[in-house]
Amino acid sequence: MANLKTPDKTLGEGLREIGLSRRGFLKFCAATASMMALPPNLVPAIAAALEQARRPSVIWLSFQECTGCTESLTRSHSPSVENLILDLVSLDYHHTLQAAAGEAAEEARLQAMEANRGQYLVIVDGSIPGPDANPGYSTVAGHSNYDILMETVEHAAAVIAVGTCAAFGGLPQAKPNPTGAMSVMDLVHDKPVINVSGCPPIPMVITGVLAHYLTFGRLPELDAYRRPMAFYGQSIHDRCYRRPFYDKGLFAESFDDAGAKLGWCLYRLGCKGPTTYNACATMRWNSGTSWPVESGHPCLGCSEPGFWDDAGFYEPVSVPIGVTSKTLIEGAAVGAVAGAGIAALARKAKKEAVANRQPVTIDELEQKL
Amino acid sequence: MSERLVVDPITRIEGHLRIEAQLDGSRIAQAYSSGTSVRGIETILKGRDPRDAWGFAQRICGVCTLVHGMASVRAVEDALRIELPANAQLIRNLMIGAQFVHDHVMHFYHLHALDWVDVVSALSADPQATSDLAQSISAWPKSSPGYFADTQKRIRTFVESGQLGIFANGYWGHPAYKLPPEANLMAVAHYLEALAWQRDAARLHAIFGGKNPHPNFVVGGVPCPIDLDSDSAINAKRFAEVRDILQSMQTFVDQVYVPDTLAIAGFYKDWAERGEGLGNFMCYGDLPGTGSMDPATFLFPRGVILDRDLSTIHEIDLHDASQIQEFVAHSWYDYESGNDQGLHPYDGETNLEYDGRGGVKPPYTQLDVDQGYSWMKSPRWKGQAMEVGPLARVLMLHATGHAQTRELVEMTLSKLDLPVEALFSTLGRTAARTLETKIMVDAMHGWLDDLIANVKAGDTRTFDDSLWNPASWPSEARGAGYMEAPRGALGHWILIRDGRIDNYQAVVPSTWNAGPRDVADQAGAYEAALQDNHELADVKQPIEILRTIHSFDPCIACAVHLTDPESGERMQIRVT
Repeated sequence: MANLKTPDKTLGEGLREIGLSRRGFLKFCAATASMMALPPNLVPAIAAALEQARRPSVIWLSFQECTGCTESLTRSHSPSVENLILDLVSLDYHHTLQAAAGEAAEEARLQAMEANRGQYLVIVDGSIPGPDANPGYSTVAGHSNYDILMETVEHAAAVIAVGTCAAFGGLPQAKPNPTGAMSVMDLVHDKPVINVSGCPPIPMVITGVLAHYLTFGRLPELDAYRRPMAFYGQSIHDRCYRRPFYDKGLFAESFDDAGAKLGWCLYRLGCKGPTTYNACATMRWNSGTSWPVESGHPCLGCSEPGFWDDAGFYEPVSVPIGVTSKTLIEGAAVGAVAGAGIAALARKAKKEAVANRQPVTIDELEQKL
Repeated sequence: MSERLVVDPITRIEGHLRIEAQLDGSRIAQAYSSGTSVRGIETILKGRDPRDAWGFAQRICGVCTLVHGMASVRAVEDALRIELPANAQLIRNLMIGAQFVHDHVMHFYHLHALDWVDVVSALSADPQATSDLAQSISAWPKSSPGYFADTQKRIRTFVESGQLGIFANGYWGHPAYKLPPEANLMAVAHYLEALAWQRDAARLHAIFGGKNPHPNFVVGGVPCPIDLDSDSAINAKRFAEVRDILQSMQTFVDQVYVPDTLAIAGFYKDWAERGEGLGNFMCYGDLPGTGSMDPATFLFPRGVILDRDLSTIHEIDLHDASQIQEFVAHSWYDYESGNDQGLHPYDGETNLEYDGRGGVKPPYTQLDVDQGYSWMKSPRWKGQAMEVGPLARVLMLHATGHAQTRELVEMTLSKLDLPVEALFSTLGRTAARTLETKIMVDAMHGWLDDLIANVKAGDTRTFDDSLWNPASWPSEARGAGYMEAPRGALGHWILIRDGRIDNYQAVVPSTWNAGPRDVADQAGAYEAALQDNHELADVKQPIEILRTIHSFDPCIACAVHLTDPESGERMQIRVT
């Protein structure tokens, strides 16, 4: 078992051997397409690409983290985590899931790096005490997180920073940043870095980004914060089902009041939807069961850099009520919303890209199969 | 210092844990448990709005994703004397219940099972015999020979791909694996099924809290309103969904988790003879029957058991400065007034000091265990080390005469033909987790019934807004929020001054269990358990260490989140 041989089957062959039907396979491809907001006529191309693929090696590094991102990964229903790790990628190092421990675990990481030099993906969750911080603040197998990150990314194809801690420094970096925590993109400058932010990210967004890479062999279009446009291109506010109440000026003033019961806008309870770019309102959470606003709590803004140090959870963002989305963006650009200026600049480019896309839902795609 | 056996990283846990073991031949003589990563969440919390604290505290851990949010809102509610609407308490109970069931099942199959189940051996199983085995222990419908043949084929295809992924470099074929191939195949099938099942179980948190991991909370209740006539509140459709999820949990626990635990345990009865550790057990208690945190109404009782003596339950007071204290004699922290004393969380100091307290400069091969060797502190109750968690709770339920617990324990012991002392062991700890999951999932139906009955009677309140506005708060207040988390007794202590957090301390289950030695050289629970009768069959493949450590279900991000690098300022605040 210890001697790994070279993979000799394509992904498509492997999937057929385990008895996945053609229809089931196409359904998976369709779900992949819809997650990436691609038109259904691309499904056959996706299927062809997936059938050729060998399972790429993925090394998952956990640093200053809470494992919420891994938990979120396991909640993905399409592709499911079991399909992901058995059929789609070779998850060669992952503290929470791997069988091996201690030396044998570290050996697995080194073997994967050696066997897939230049081709493996590195996924990081958690922030990293930077080169100037005490290396003892966070170690694995006696090595500092910083050294492990640098050693592992050296021959990686790309790095995906999963969760707001890895992407932007997250909670450990919140004031006063006691451990000198830094993000992956603060430290890795010579590799493509994709940020999949959120605390945690939506399950299907984590797997969706991987599926994009597996399917097309390249990285998705990114915004100014290096987040995939397909999932972070629209604000929560613009996609929120409570938006009509905002436009009508109907707001919940307290939890459990008449407005809260009727599903009115949570803006005055502190909702950060207007300044938060994420797919919660369209993809929802936990197999489409609900999402924070639908369950009555204002959006915390967890996919945005620095959200922990922005306004309190229950302080309304300082935007005049009744403005349109366009004026909201302009308001942000002139600094009415703290810290949102950079995002607003990125949004202009986003708007053009969005206009050229054709978003479709999973249901629509499945009907067309 | 002589060479030591090192296991780092301990995988299939939450967080960063290192175990060093001093061997006497092949037997563990001394064990040292070290948390090797720190973030500083308590320091980050200072100066913030106490109503926001739950969101920060919740990120202490994403596995027990609900518990720190819950302990945090309870701490604020205790400080401000907020009583919850009954519905909010019932919804919280349901969310706690879902957390237990989800977490314990995932722990068993995805974190612990590979210590007992040899995946490679499953390839030589006979699918027909596997089916016979599965059907002999359970009515679970996924048990046909064809089903197991398909599962086996899937695993074989995976193995033959040459890319072993998460199964690479496991200790496959180790002589300590005792299950026959058919039991291994059945367990592997259930490993995969449990991955799919847990996605459904987690949906309960999404209904009430918007998402999982990290569902939302609010001080004074729950964020979701109840309104049967609204499409955007908890309504009849949502109640039906919750009922379905409960049913799915119930079926999986009854037909898969409980029978698998008993079946697998039957092959590992020698593990009832090691791994006890301390013999001291502590529970804060939880799952109130009313809107207040009244221990008299708890499903899980509170108290301390000392030295296996179930006949005497000692009382706990979380506010008493002489009871719960944290020590740092072997931790990478400095106490201003000396590192030999213990401090109650209200008076807690946490100054990071890696270099000056014995931290070895990375890269290192061995800790300096004579000095500091962990980012965890050593919490003690009246100076004594305590084990917390499922075994503590089951013993407490048993000691206080809980009929269902007594029945389940008796059933388990008689099926396994083991004496009652077998509970005090690695195997007992793992079995206790399964039994309390059964108790929990059964209780959940009752909370849902009560919630629906309240709504039927016209009570839909889920939030108390009377103390929402910080202007209504006293200028100084302090409180302790506590709960039984899946891994054990969890407490958060908060000091509020002028509407802001003045100090915040969390003493968490895995700190009780995984903490290092204290000033009196008393070992923590992990260390003591590993020092109890552990003979390693192969020191290069120390599977025995994984078994006992995993029986506690470590959650290390929880255990090491402390710091206060700036000052050792201590607050003396009177309860207002």
